[in-house]
This record gives sequence, structure tokens and C-alpha cells, in this order.
Amino acid sequence: MAKIVFKHPESLKENVFHYCPGCGHSIVHRLVAEVIDEMGIRGITIGVPPAGCAVLAYNYFDVDMIEAPHGRGPAMATAIKRSLPDRVVFSYQGDGDLAAIGIAESFHAANRGENITVIFINNAVYGMTGGQMAPTTMLNQKTTTCSGGRRQELDGYPVKVSEIFSQLRGSTYVERCSISSPAGVNKTKKAIRKAFQCQIDGLGFSLVEILSLCPTNWKMSSVDSCKWIDEVLSKEFPPGVFKDEIAAAKKTVEAQ
Amino acid sequence: MNKVLMSGNTIIGEAAIRAGCRFYAGYPITPQNELTEYMAEHIRSAEGGVFIQSESEIAAINMIAGSSAAGFRVMTSSSSPGISLKQEGISSMAACELPGIIVNIMRGGPGLGNIRPSQGDYFQATRGGGHGDYRTIVLAPASGQELADLTMDAFDLADKYRTPVMILADGMMGQMMEPVIFKKPNPRQYPEKFMLRGAGNGKSKFIRGLLLDPIDSEAHNWKLARKYEVITKNETRFEEYRIDDADIVIVAYGTAARIAKGAIKRLREHGMKIGLFRPITLWPFPELKLRALSAKIKKFLVFEMSTGQMLEDVRLALQGYADIDFHGRPGGAVPTPAELANVIAKIYDKKD
Repeated sequence: MAKIVFKHPESLKENVFHYCPGCGHSIVHRLVAEVIDEMGIRGITIGVPPAGCAVLAYNYFDVDMIEAPHGRGPAMATAIKRSLPDRVVFSYQGDGDLAAIGIAESFHAANRGENITVIFINNAVYGMTGGQMAPTTMLNQKTTTCSGGRRQELDGYPVKVSEIFSQLRGSTYVERCSISSPAGVNKTKKAIRKAFQCQIDGLGFSLVEILSLCPTNWKMSSVDSCKWIDEVLSKEFPPGVFKDEIAAAKKTVEAQ
Repeated sequence: MNKVLMSGNTIIGEAAIRAGCRFYAGYPITPQNELTEYMAEHIRSAEGGVFIQSESEIAAINMIAGSSAAGFRVMTSSSSPGISLKQEGISSMAACELPGIIVNIMRGGPGLGNIRPSQGDYFQATRGGGHGDYRTIVLAPASGQELADLTMDAFDLADKYRTPVMILADGMMGQMMEPVIFKKPNPRQYPEKFMLRGAGNGKSKFIRGLLLDPIDSEAHNWKLARKYEVITKNETRFEEYRIDDADIVIVAYGTAARIAKGAIKRLREHGMKIGLFRPITLWPFPELKLRALSAKIKKFLVFEMSTGQMLEDVRLALQGYADIDFHGRPGGAVPTPAELANVIAKIYDKKD
């Protein structure tokens, strides 16, 4: 009897991704959908896609979704979760959405310790609008709005979201992963699962930052993009667990 | 229900909670803080009630959008500069057909302006305010009792038409105390199919405002436009006051209408026959009712605490039908009934 080892996740619709070849969104969508399947939470999950390439995420995720205006996902997710505390609520955000226009909404959702999960795609560039400088663009990285490369004296520094959000007392679990290798993809899935579990257990704000590739706007092949994540991007944004207070939060919850 | 004495801002809060509002988000701004404070104190006492002091007005409007999608009756409130910030979310709620109440306790503008009562946000409120082809139902209460009644009605209208509704009052309305009786709210009628609460074992849903295909987007815009036509036909509200024998009719709303009534009392004591036409819905504006009035009344005076914004709607209704005069005090200056009476007395004398 043959055993199924790989199949289309049930929480992912049959639609063909509109994402560019090599784009990281497709991988992360699949990981999130697999986690939702494995945890059996499709029916109680509500997702909040961002403005950005993933704005059409509702075409792919087979869970209830509501699109947020640019950057406002965590405000919307906060309200949905507070209104329906037994649902699993996640926002899916890019670097411009989270770290530029929506930094206030994201920061304060984390600081309030909202019991939501943020899936944060960091690809160091504005993808949908055609490759402009993002808050996470590397120094010297060329984009269409810093064609000579990002200069700190004009454009400031790459924003380190995981480092900053882990400092907030309201956050419970913050991890940065990379999908530049199969091992990284597996690790990312574990982190996503842990983040959702953190929420299901009522333990507070979880954020998974994912270093992702944008071959189109980086003007690189997919293989070179993966190399660039490993050799350049992850030097500025080192993967790792920045905060894990799940055990401590569990104790507090149990004591109550 | 007994008559109680409350300030305007707290009347709105109490009426909202009685109407079943169970989610409020807001950011402090004068002169509406008593409403935010009232919700902080009281909404959590109602079962399932959520209060969030948001990090900004932008966050607040998006929070109520989220909770509205989840099926709650929702409200946010602010004052003029804060309402400017909310426009992104109001446009989005209109696009996504999410019901919700936005209270604007107007203050002097433009810019930070001041914290005195004003009516400078009429254009913003009645023309949509944010980007895109949409309208917001705008209710303009002129008494404590109306603050209560219209707040409750606002929730019904928002649900019925799945659209954001604005209560447009000003610092005077918000701060003054008046006796009020809270009416019994209607039971909510809002189908579950519009709520986003997880797919369960069924088909998943999504709520969106982005329609990349222009043909789809055009169809959506026309759908909204048809809805706005129905609202215009069915929901226009106004008050006529002492117009039966009037030679001149003042057109004013909210606090300005209160001042106008004071002026009318004085003028009538001196034998001048003045009446008042008070739009209660600013959008939809009672255009046809006002035009019908021009069959017997040939002189109107628009009175606003602005440089003349509703004046444009009055012109659309009356231009070519009657003479239209204007008196306004913008920027937070509140004229007395005596001042308005003097203005009217001058044109009354000139009439013959």
C-alpha cells in the first residue's frame, strides 16, 4: 500500500500562484497552509493579507480572509482576535507593510501582547510596486529609488524587526528564519507552527520573520538569490530565536 | 426609561452601548474625550464588549473595520484632525461594505485649528472624505435627545446598507448637558453570511476592496452607486420649524440650527416671520424637500459655523428657484442668537 508523503495542502486553493518564478511567497504560503492543515485549524483561522504582492493571498489560502489597507493588518487582526478570542488570527506582511507604513500598528499590537501571529516576509525590497527601497534594504543595495545603492546618510539603516520586537515586553515569541535552503524551509515551518501554537495556547504575540527572495527585483537568478540571502542578507539579519518566553508565559497562564 | 441629564459625548456612548455596540476603538482628542472615556468605563461591562485605546486614529478605524467584519456592532470617535486620519479606513469600509459608526465632534480647522465648536468638516463628511467613488451616511444631531436617537438609528442604517455612517456633531453638542430619554433599541438584523468568523467545515470567504480588473471594479462601483441611490430615496431626514407663514427660511444644521431657533424667537417677537429648515441627514441632503419649499418661500439664508459649505448643497437645491443669502462664522467662533437675529433683521428690512 502506497503511503502519501506529499500532497497539495487542503488549506491551499487549487489556483495557480500569480507570484513571479522563484518568489518566496509561494513557499511561505504553502508552509502556512501545511501548518493549518496539520493543526486542524482551517475552520477557525482568519487571515489578514497586506497591501503588497501578497494582497491576493485570499486567492490561495482556503481560510476566511480580510484584506487590510497598507500596514494596518495588525490593527485589524487585533480587533478580530479580541472580538472572536477562540479563532486563530494571523496577519501576513511584507517589509514595507510592517516596518515602514505599518510600523505603528505592528509595534503596538506586539506591545499590547495581542494574541495574534504575524508572518513577516523580509525580502529587502518593495516587490509589487517594482523594486523600490524598503526599510529593510541593505546598505549599498541598489533599488529603483536608490539606484546608486542605499546610503545611510540619506536613507538610514536597515530596520531590524525581530531585534526590535523582541525587546517589547508584550511579545512572547520572535524568530527569524530563511527559506534560502531546504533546511531553512523546514526550520521556517517549525517556527510558523510554534507561533500558531503559542497563539492557540493563549500565550501572546508571536512573529516569524522570514528572509525571502525576490529574484525579479533583485535582478538575480533564483539560485543566486538564495546565495545572496545566505552571504549578504543574513549577515545583516541573522536568523535565530530572538525571544521565546513560551514556557514562562505558559506558567503564568497556568497560575491564573 | 427615566429622563437623565448627561453631556452630549456620554449620551452618544450610552446610546451606542444600548444599541448593541460591542467594540470601540479610539484615540484621545479634544473635544470628544468624554466619549472615549465613557466607552472605556462602560463597554466592557456589556457581555463581549471590547475597548481598545488605539495607537492612532488610523489604527482605530482599521480596528473597527476588523471587528465589524467579525460581526460586531462597532464605533470609533474623534474630532476633525483625527477624522482626517481615519479617511483611509472609512473609504476601505465603504469599499468592503462594512457597517460601522464614526463620530466626528468637530472643532475649528483647518490644520490643528483649535478646540472650539465648528462646522468646517461638512465637505469632508458629505463628499465621502477619503479617496474613491463612495458616500457616507451623515447624521447631524441638534440636541441631546437627538444624539441618543440618531446614534441608535446610525447602527440600524449601517447594518441595513452595510456602509459606514458618520455622526457629525461639534464641540458644543459634545460638551453641553441636556436631559435625554433613551429609546428601546431595535433588535439587530444583520445576516451571518456577511460575517467573517472562520470557515468551519464550509467554504472560505474573503472581504476585499482591491479589484484589479477594471470591469469588476466598475461593476462594484455601480453596485455601490445603486445602493447610494436607494439611501437617497429612503433615508433623507429634515425638520421644518415655523415655516408655514415664513417670509425667510434659515437653512442650518446641528448647533447652528439651535442658534437659529434662538434668533427666530427674537425676530418673531419683533414681528418678523422667520422659519428654519434643518437637514438632519447631511448626506443624503434633503434637496427635493428644500426645493419644494421654494414654491412658497423665495428667500433663504444659509447659516453655518464655516465659510459656507452646506451652502453649496443649498445652491444645488435652490439656485434659480429662490434667493440664497449666507452668514457664517468659521474657525471655532460661535455666534450668538442675537448676532444672527441682527443679520436677518437687516435683510428682512430690505425684502420689501
